[in-house]
This record gives sequence, C-alpha cells and structure tokens, in this order.
Amino acid sequence: MSLAATVQVRRGTLEVDVDLEVADREVLAVLGPNGAGKSSLLRVVAGLLQPDGGRVEVGDQVWDDVAAGVHLPPHRRALGMVFQDALLFPHLSVAENVAFGLRTRGAPRAEARRAAGDWLARVGLEGLGDHRSAELSGGQAQRAALARALIGNPRLLLLDEPLSALDARTRLTVRAELRRHLAEFPGSTVLVTHDPVDALALADRVVVVEDGHVVQAGTPTEIGRAPRTDYVARLVGLSLLPGTGSGRSVRLDAGGEVAVAEEASGPVFAAVRPESVALYLSRPDGSPRNVWPARLVGATPHGATVRCELAGEVPLVADVTAAAFAELGLVPGSEVWATVKASEVAVYAR
Amino acid sequence: MRRGRSGVPVPLLIPASLGVAFLVLPLVGLLVRTPWSELGPQLAAPGVGEALRLSLICATSATLISLVLGVPLAWVLARSAGRGRSVLRALVTVPLVLPPVVGGVALFLVLGRRGLIGHWLFETTGITIPFTTAAVVLAETFVAMPFLVISVEGALRAADARFEDVAATLGADRWTTFRRVTLPLVSPGVAAGAVLCWARALGEFGATITFAGNFPGTTQTMPLAVYLALQRDPEAAIVLSLVLLVVSLATLLLLRDRWLGRAAA
Amino acid sequence: MKRPRLMVLGLTVLLFLAACGGGNSATGAGGSSGSSGGKLSGTLTVFAASSLTEVFGTLGDTLKADNPGLKITFNFAGSPALATQLTQGAPADVFASANETQMKVVTDAGLQAGAPGIFAGNVLEIAVPKDNPGHVTGLADFAKPELTLAVCAPDVPCGAAAKKVFAAAGIQAKPDTEEEDVKAALTKVELGEVDAALVYATDVRAAGAGVTGIPFPEAGQAVTRYPICRLTAAPNPRAAQAFVDLVRSDAGQRALEAAGFRAPGS
Repeated sequence: MSLAATVQVRRGTLEVDVDLEVADREVLAVLGPNGAGKSSLLRVVAGLLQPDGGRVEVGDQVWDDVAAGVHLPPHRRALGMVFQDALLFPHLSVAENVAFGLRTRGAPRAEARRAAGDWLARVGLEGLGDHRSAELSGGQAQRAALARALIGNPRLLLLDEPLSALDARTRLTVRAELRRHLAEFPGSTVLVTHDPVDALALADRVVVVEDGHVVQAGTPTEIGRAPRTDYVARLVGLSLLPGTGSGRSVRLDAGGEVAVAEEASGPVFAAVRPESVALYLSRPDGSPRNVWPARLVGATPHGATVRCELAGEVPLVADVTAAAFAELGLVPGSEVWATVKASEVAVYAR
Repeated sequence: MRRGRSGVPVPLLIPASLGVAFLVLPLVGLLVRTPWSELGPQLAAPGVGEALRLSLICATSATLISLVLGVPLAWVLARSAGRGRSVLRALVTVPLVLPPVVGGVALFLVLGRRGLIGHWLFETTGITIPFTTAAVVLAETFVAMPFLVISVEGALRAADARFEDVAATLGADRWTTFRRVTLPLVSPGVAAGAVLCWARALGEFGATITFAGNFPGTTQTMPLAVYLALQRDPEAAIVLSLVLLVVSLATLLLLRDRWLGRAAA
Repeated sequence: MKRPRLMVLGLTVLLFLAACGGGNSATGAGGSSGSSGGKLSGTLTVFAASSLTEVFGTLGDTLKADNPGLKITFNFAGSPALATQLTQGAPADVFASANETQMKVVTDAGLQAGAPGIFAGNVLEIAVPKDNPGHVTGLADFAKPELTLAVCAPDVPCGAAAKKVFAAAGIQAKPDTEEEDVKAALTKVELGEVDAALVYATDVRAAGAGVTGIPFPEAGQAVTRYPICRLTAAPNPRAAQAFVDLVRSDAGQRALEAAGFRAPGS
C-alpha cells in the first residue's frame, strides 16, 4: 500500500521531474520554496493533473503510467486531500462536508451521517456538525477538512500546505493535532509545505524540491544538520559556506578560509550556526583561528536574541543577545569583527 | 450595515438618478394614462384572462426548457477552452442580436412544415409545429435562453474551480461533482438567469407572432393581445400592459424573496 | 411597434428577391403634374400607408423627373402609426391612409387642408403558395379545419374586412392564426407555412411569383377606400398639391391599377 511515483510534468517554463517513495505509515514532507513545483507534483499524484511522463503506483494499483497510457481519474483513486484553504463546500453543513466522500462512494445517508459524527468528535468538532461551514474558524475548518479527507479510509493522504493559511497560534495547536492523526493513519502521507517547522515536526522523511528537482533528501534531523542548498540552510538558520577541504582548513569558493576541527578533503560544505558566531567592535585578543571583519547589513529581533546579517569576505548570520546588541551599540552599517571556534563549524562532503 | 446617501459619490449619484428616472418615467406615463374607471370592464373582457394564463404557462415552460438545455450548455462554454468555444459562444448569443421577427422566420425555416426538420416531421407524423402553443414555447425559448446561458456561464466562471478538485478527490465523478457541488455553488447565478429568461419570454412578441401566429386561447399571449389592442383601442392596450406589468413584477418579487433570498443566504 | 412589419418586409424582399423584380413598371410619365407656375423645389414629405410603397415610389420619381429641384421623403408605415405620428406633431405635407378610420383621426385633429379625397380602393384576395398545396379554390375553403389558414386579426383593417366578407358569404371561418397585419399573413404564405391567407389584392401583386392570388366575388362587400389629403402644417404646400394631383391624375390611376388597386368609384 505504499506510494511510488516518478513524475515528469511541465508547468509553463518549469520542468518538474521528481521521484517519490513513501512507505505505509510514513509521512514524507516535500519542502521547497513557492513555485518549485510542489503543488503540481501533488496534483499529479491526486490525478487532478495529467503528467507528461512517469508513473504513479499505490500498492499494487497503477494510477498513472504515461508510457502505457494509463490514467486513473481522481475520483477513482483511494486518496484524501487537504488543501491550503480548507475549501469546505459553502452550501453544505459541516457534517455534510465530512460525509461527502462516503455519500459519493455510495454509503447510505444514515451511515454516512453517523460516521461524520464520529469523525467530527475525533477532530474535536463535536456538536458543530449542523453549522454552516462558513461559521467555522480557520482552525476548525481545517480540522473538518482533515476529517473529510480521512473518513473514506484512503490509502494515500495528500496535504497541500495544510497549515499555512492559519494564524501562528492556531497553527501550533492544529499542527500538534495533525501529528497525532498522522500517527494513527495506516496509509502513506505526502505533506507539501514551504515551512521547515511543519516538515521537521510532522515528517519521517523530507525531500527538498527546488526548480522542479529534488536537491536533498533525508530525515528531518539530517536535513536540519547538514543542509545542501542555501534555501534549506536559510530555513534551518545556518550559514552555508561551500569550499574545498585540505587538512583542518576549508578554502571557500567565494574567497577566504575557515578553520575546522576535523580533517576535510575535497569539495565540502562548512556550516555555521548563528549562535556560534560572536561579534566584537575591535579585533579580539588572543588568537581565535576564525576571525573576520564584517559589516552589519540587517538586524531582526528574534525573542531574546537579535539575528544579525553580516556581509564581508565570509557572509554569516549571527545571533546575539538583545542586551549585547544594545551594549555594542550596533546599527546597520556598523563595522564589526566576527569570530567562530573551529569546533563549532560543521563540515560535510558536497 | 447601512450606508447613508451621503456615501454615494455625486458622479455616481447623478447618472444613477437619471437612470432610474429614464426607466421609471415611461411606467409612470402608463399609470397616468390608465383609464381607471374602465379597468374593471377591460379586465373582465373575454380573452384577457386567457391571454394572461397562456403567457404565464408559456414563459414558465420556456424557462424550464432553457434550464434543462441552457445550464449544461453554459457549463460547456465555461469549462471548455480554445477557439471552438469563442465560436460556440458567438453562435449561442445570436438570438440576442437577431431581431425577434427574423428569429421567428428562422424557426419556420427549420421547424415549419416546409422546414429542414419540420417537413420530415410533417411527412412522417403529420404533426406541424407552427400556430400551436408549442410553437409559442419554442419561440420564447429561442429568444430567452441566451440570457440564461450567459448569466450561468458568468457564474460558473466566477465560481472557485478548486471546489471541483476537492469533490474529485472525495470520489465524485464529473457528473456528481456538477450536481452536488458546481450547481449548488452557482445557484444564485442560475436563479438570476432564470428570472431574466422568464421575463424575456413573458414579454416576447416578434418571434412568437411570426412563428406561432396569433390565435386567442392557443397562441395569443399578452404582448400579442397588447399589440393588437393598440391597433383598435389604445386605452385597452394600456390596461392590458398594466396587467402584464403587475403580474410579472409580483411574480419576480415573490420569487426574489423565496428563491434568490435562500440561495444567497 | 413599427419594426416587426418592416423586418418582415425586409426579409420578404431578401427571400424573394428574384420575384420582386417584375412588379409595376407600367406607369409611364404622366406629363406635367398640373401645377401652375415654375418648377417645384424644396422637400416634400409624404406619409403613406405601407401598401402604397411601390406605387408612390414610382409616382415620386415621376414628380422628381419633372422638378429636378424637388426632394421627396416618404414615410411608409401602417396607417394607425402614421396617424399617431401626425397627431403627435410630425411635420408632413401629405397623408395617404389605407382606410377612412385613420384619416378620420387626422381630420378630427383638424390637421387636413381641404377635404380628403378617395383615390383608390382595395379588396381582399385569397393568397396561396404557388403550388397551392391545400387546393384552395374559393372563400368556402376557409371553413375547412384541416387546412392551415391565416386571416388578419379583427383589430386591424384587413381583419375587419375579412369578417365582413365571411359574414356576407355566410362562412364560418376556421383560421389557425389571426395575423397582426397583411404583410405578416403574406409572409406565411410565401414560406408555405399556411395553405391560404386572406390579404389585399395589392399585396398579392407586390409579393410576386411565390404567391398566387385567387379573387372571389364576395370581396366587393368590403372595399377598403384610400383617402388622401394635404396637411395644414405642410411646409411645402405647392409640392403637396402637385403630388395629390398626380396621384389622382390618369397616370396616377393607371399606376395604382397596375399595382392591383381598384378605381375609387368601384
């Protein structure tokens, strides 16, 4: 009952070419910036878009096989899909929305109604079944949409940016609930998102898609620790410095050199966490091995810290405490010295 | 939430008032010239009730036929793409620009007893369509259906097509999706189109008198009765016009509350 | 309300273009139009019943040929519409009505300059499609329910005339449609959608080859008389008089006769 998909589809100038494999009970997150082709990919798997090439298979069922001329229409695919805006049918009550998938598949009205009631209880919407869908809040609507997608016991659950239309507080609670429901779901789940927090919190595995292609795949921990593109690095808050390793030093492609704690050779990434970067107004005493002059180009408060963007030979992001930021009297344009301990620099092969 | 009159910008208020005056003053003229003392006898005149009944039956039948044929047609226009669609839409809207009398003659050429289809019908079954009540309904449908098609197509285009995607992922085939999702979503547009269609059919004159002729009880609808009364007795014509006006306004207001009101809720 | 009639007319012309060629060209120039003094000039506006379209057009050309400075504007429409326009103040020099009722509307309003004179008569004729599919031979056929038959509505003059001839002949007519005017009835004959229609002899003549006319004796019971008069508000009274004289001249009468009209006395 797992999903295996090879999808080639052209959308305007974008060529999407992505392979996906998702086991049962597994949640795969497809992470990428807007316009990377994530949604097209999902629409192909759902059958809403015909691929230009490739194959989609769920369990032993072939849903798409372009070479063989197979295309199963969406309504005959055992899937559930949740969209960014809950898209509850405005002319139906909440319960009728949830029961919709059962009714189209021929369930008697009473049975569908009972099942819808059960599902509404499971997603915490007990007693709201008779309300019109427009009366629900954003979070409630998305819960109802999830119940609507899951009620037919699909083999595959597709989530298209399910949390991004919600406000920050609601997103937290709905994300936690979604996590619980996904853990109970016996089929395969594909979650499309541009928010790394969703991917890290909900997925067993992550594929990063940029410009229609997979640029990185791995567990959330792997992706978070060793990003391979600027996009992912920025998402997980790392400064990514590509270079060539030689001994305990990495010569950066953009110029400059970084000292590291372990032996490195050949093309590598050096990754620096913002909290490892210290800032000084004058060149610090002693001899830290990594010390670079830099200019502050941007500062964003981030809880108790301020995230500082630095330009210079080695571009970095530094987190300093709000108190230190004030003490140093930093303003955009300030000239500073940035230091990083060699042991704080992660290095891994490209 | 109510907005005061002061909220309407003057550049809109002036043409809007002129528009109202332009549309309402002819009506006022009709009311002023109405021979109220003769109202009773005129209304009791034989044929008035008959013509009114025929008008309502035919306009309603024409609207029903337009719904059955026009809503699917609007769907095809709204959901298909390419050059063919533009051509198809242009063809469908032909009755809007065609003078109704020409429309009536065109119906003869197809459904008359010497027409393309009509002659075959006549020779095999002996049935002729012109000069029957069915001909009235057909003539009205021909002229009024485009109003329904255009407004339903507009509603379909404005509707969020993603709901159809949702329905598909919930196991609904295209027909079920149309029935249970698309149609309910555009029902205000369908209702508005049906009202327009009905009103147009009710006032239909040219195509009807040409294709269906004019015979009291069979094909003489109110507009025909009004036109002929005008030849003989303009005051009677005014009374008949007033009756048609009152009945149609009453019907529309009633429907608006019951039908449009519910759809919009 | 004038448009439907004109549209039918227009379409008739389109559909039966070939047939319309050989109408009435037998007018001949009637010599000087009888007006004393110099040539006429300016614009002459004539309001005339639709059935006069062809004849008056020809007569107008004759008058213009004699008076190169004269411009003639015709307004051909149903007599009731013309009478309404005139009583509402439309500027015109001459009014020629297809019946005395509508002329009376104008004289009641005091718009006439001099008493109206009858210049032509028109009688009903049975019009059938060229191949006469209903095998219609006379007025009695209008009592046959199996035929598809058109008459004019009783509200309009040709319908009133039809009523009169049926009464005179003692026939219980069974029409399928009561048309709003003669041209509409004739169109249905031309299209072959009715087996017969009762229309004016002049309309049969004007329709040309697609329609056959069958005269019947009872027609004499309902002669429609065409009066003509100058109007008081006439901007061009000399030309108006010249036109009225021309219509009533021998040449004018010959042209009317060729178009199917009867002489005023008959």
